[in-house]
Amino acid sequence: MILGEITLGHYLALSGLLFLVGLAGVLLRRSLLIVMMSLELLLNAANLALVAAARFKGIPDPHVAVFFVITVAAAEVAVGLAILVAIFRLKKSTSAEDFSSLKF
Amino acid sequence: MEQIFFWSLAFSLLAAATAVVTLRNPVTNAVCLVLALVLQAALFITLEATFLAAVQVIVYAGAVMVLFLFVIMLLDVKAEARRPVPWAKAGAVLVGAVAVVAGVPKLVATFPAAREPLRWSSHAMPFGAKELGTLLFTSYAPLFLTTGVLLLVATIGVVVLCRRDPNP
Repeated sequence: MILGEITLGHYLALSGLLFLVGLAGVLLRRSLLIVMMSLELLLNAANLALVAAARFKGIPDPHVAVFFVITVAAAEVAVGLAILVAIFRLKKSTSAEDFSSLKF
Repeated sequence: MEQIFFWSLAFSLLAAATAVVTLRNPVTNAVCLVLALVLQAALFITLEATFLAAVQVIVYAGAVMVLFLFVIMLLDVKAEARRPVPWAKAGAVLVGAVAVVAGVPKLVATFPAAREPLRWSSHAMPFGAKELGTLLFTSYAPLFLTTGVLLLVATIGVVVLCRRDPNP
């Protein structure tokens, strides 16, 4: 059969690819809004790997870790977007290229 | 059946994630991110993590995305779309990604442990709110309380950051 059995490896590979896509977004995009969305993708890739590992080992503890990651990600998004709004009031822009006043 | 579910979910998840990273209208990006998060909740269900799937939809696809859409509404988001696409950079990243995707499986295959078949645990795993709640309020209770403090600090921080100075 072409579609073999789904193993832990499939989920880990998917998680890795998702992380790669998110990392490309963080490194390439200049809009801070998109960078923060890509950060969410990175956290989600890690969550997927954790949940797959929990199913693989048959233990519940990684679920608790994922629960905390989701909570912290929500707090991070709230603070990050607040900083973004505050910066936008100063510079009238959300592009990372315009926030280089600390560069030498 | 299981295979069809996994492959369709995996491909749509990667497509949605790619759309989040590549498209240039922030509203479209946000909608694609909602799609990606919901698809990931479906993947959680295939891994028998039903409670986490519900949390994922409520917290991420609900609360976090509303925040994103609010901020998109507040800001002038069309400026990004007017910038030229950095084709050279995008091409370089594409080449790098293809190299990683092609090379990593070969590298992993050299480890002896990678040749053993990965079998799922046969433990009973209908893992729902009850089990997670028991863990959270026993072994992980200090962490749980700390998370409450973190959320309070984040809330106050956001209010302080976004407040306009009353006497400038």
